[in-house]
Amino acid sequence: MASTLMASCSSIFGAKNKSSFASCFSPSIRAHSFRKHALNKVLAVMAPARSPRSPSSTGSVKHAMTMTEKILARASEKSHLEPGENIWVNVDVLMTHDVCGPGTIGIFKKEFGQNAKVWDREKIVIIPDHYIFTSDERANRNVDILRDFCLEQNIKYFYDIKDLGDFKANPDYKGVCHIALAQEGHCRPGEVLLGTDSHTCNAGAFGQFATGIGNTDAGFVMGTGKLLLKVPPTLRFILDGEMPKYLLAKDLILQIIGEITVAGATYKSMEFVGSTIERLSMEERMTLCNMVVEAGGKNGVVPADETTFKYLEDKTSKNFEPVYSDDNARFIQEYRIDVSKLEPLVAKPHSPDNRALARECKDVKIDRVYIGSCTGGKKEDFFAAAKVFLASGKKVKVPTFLVPATQKVWMDIYGLPVPGSGGKTCSQIFEEAGCDVPASPNCGACLGGPRDTYARMNEPQVCVSTTNRNFPGRMGHKEGQIYLASPYTAAASALTGYVADPRDFLL
Amino acid sequence: MAMAAAASAAAPAGAKPSFSSPATHAFLISRLRHEHSFPKRISSSYPTLASRSAPKPLSLRRPPRATTGPAETASAIFHGPCYVLGDNIDTDQIIPAEYLTLVPSNPDEYEKLGSYALVGLPSAAYTTPFVGPGATRTRFPVIIAGANFGCGSSREHAPVALGAAGSRAVVAESYARIFFRNSVATGEVYPVECEGVGLCKECTTGDIVTVELGVNRLVNHTTGKEYKLKPIGDAGPVIHAGGIFAYARKTGMIASPSN
Repeated sequence: MASTLMASCSSIFGAKNKSSFASCFSPSIRAHSFRKHALNKVLAVMAPARSPRSPSSTGSVKHAMTMTEKILARASEKSHLEPGENIWVNVDVLMTHDVCGPGTIGIFKKEFGQNAKVWDREKIVIIPDHYIFTSDERANRNVDILRDFCLEQNIKYFYDIKDLGDFKANPDYKGVCHIALAQEGHCRPGEVLLGTDSHTCNAGAFGQFATGIGNTDAGFVMGTGKLLLKVPPTLRFILDGEMPKYLLAKDLILQIIGEITVAGATYKSMEFVGSTIERLSMEERMTLCNMVVEAGGKNGVVPADETTFKYLEDKTSKNFEPVYSDDNARFIQEYRIDVSKLEPLVAKPHSPDNRALARECKDVKIDRVYIGSCTGGKKEDFFAAAKVFLASGKKVKVPTFLVPATQKVWMDIYGLPVPGSGGKTCSQIFEEAGCDVPASPNCGACLGGPRDTYARMNEPQVCVSTTNRNFPGRMGHKEGQIYLASPYTAAASALTGYVADPRDFLL
Repeated sequence: MAMAAAASAAAPAGAKPSFSSPATHAFLISRLRHEHSFPKRISSSYPTLASRSAPKPLSLRRPPRATTGPAETASAIFHGPCYVLGDNIDTDQIIPAEYLTLVPSNPDEYEKLGSYALVGLPSAAYTTPFVGPGATRTRFPVIIAGANFGCGSSREHAPVALGAAGSRAVVAESYARIFFRNSVATGEVYPVECEGVGLCKECTTGDIVTVELGVNRLVNHTTGKEYKLKPIGDAGPVIHAGGIFAYARKTGMIASPSN
């Protein structure tokens, strides 16, 4: 029953895909419309309902679940559940920021009462990060709204900022919410984390269920600590092979999104396993899970392991219990990728699935490069860019904007030596390469923002960016052209003034 | 325990709901799972077909939030000129980031959001603005779109902007999940799915259409074509009530002041 359904799903997805997902994966560029047409047949708004089981499938198969299913089962206090079920989930952490926080608070007060108290003052993390270093009055007012609420509710985790002129003068301020959540130990294996931001899926790197929700849902969670969620089926991505030294996790996720399209994972969970994944650092795993939403995915997960536990050692003292997919868990589709065969990629305007080889875009003249955001503004992202600048020794040919995600990242850029540089810090390497001075940590121009946002694209220019979306107008100007890329590719492009392949500098 | 605290903290005077026991949780789950069948309702303000040169959008207004009334149907009817979009219209195009400083739960700012609905669309491809210059509301009660409508950012400002502008229903080939969920939770706009593909290619902005949820049908009066819609299902009554909180109050999941 269920297995036939899975088989039929596989055949729909896999009929033309299976051949391209053989063990030797070659990143051919498919006709976009062909892919889209094939997927149109199977796109469902909701996860496919499971048919009733035959008696022969009970027993050991009955309890086989994927990681995502197990996390949700535990959170809803059920011993077992299946994709398609609507369940009430206990939320471990709710995150909101300055853009959606005020709206969420408004709904919470309207629905639960002006004097209502949040369900748990220690489980809400409020992180101003989107529109911070701006003179926009409403933006500034929104941070004030957060502060008033946090004082009133005695919210334990509020990463406040008051002095906009000097971010370092604000000891509590962190920066980009998803990176702050990780760095402050709020991401823990096996838990449920919801946030009023689509890139909340970033935290799936820790082996937890993390997804984005709107203000109304968040207002509901604020009052009750629960949310009604539909259990997603899981797509499994098995990545093996030696990671080439010119590739980063950003290339891997651009590869996947390019293959399954921006709606390929709608209402589904994306699970990343394999020897390549096991060798990725936490920050690289975050980059991977961060862009799950760009494929329409509900959440992404990477199984927790020693790398995870080591990262968390100095960040949290809370107990957590990781879960892992059962051996015979059912996935609606499996994809195998040999990463050793991949090449540096970009996503061309105006869609994250408009995948192309970086080397085939070398004739695209660019006007600027942006390195920042939750996707590409972490410590390792800047170290990667520095590596390319160091290898080149030359100066950038276009304005190169650097926006560290958090205060910690900023400190690392200025304080830590880059391997192989003779003791230079990233900031020194960036200065020698002629990049802009690293800016105050925040979301910056990834999403445009108020007009005076640093590095906002206010003219129709061409930008190579380590961010996550390139839909029209994403960084400001509607006619702006954004090429999404890894930090290696972005740095290489800055050096040539064209979209560039980082192998030209790293090999 | 925290829920009880929320309940007891609710001000006794005035319309302040409180959230009750886990039993109502289970009830809400079962309600959301089973389909309702409601009597059909035809609006008294259903107009005659307007001529193309002077379209009069019918806005079948749902009852204001939090009123109680007879069990309303989710079989609403929307009629008027349609606004046609392609595939993968992301939430940045629906409401660009620079307008997200507007707080949707603030009534003045809610209206302002409406005035900026779909202002992020590339002007070359979309020559007719969704909201006319100087206007705060749209003359298009129905939006027709392709696949993956509402992809991208989770901003709830997106369905809010559409609803605040006066849009009543989107008829799309498929939706991105967060947008779909937000549309239902806020009750701002019906996210209806059409059967098959190609609807957005066969309709043109300005075509007069009627969307009838009760019979799952869209009629394009300008082209004469009819299209089958997928049933709005469990989402219908929630949107009709005015969103998830209003629905929960109306159906007794959350205690309302009159109880």
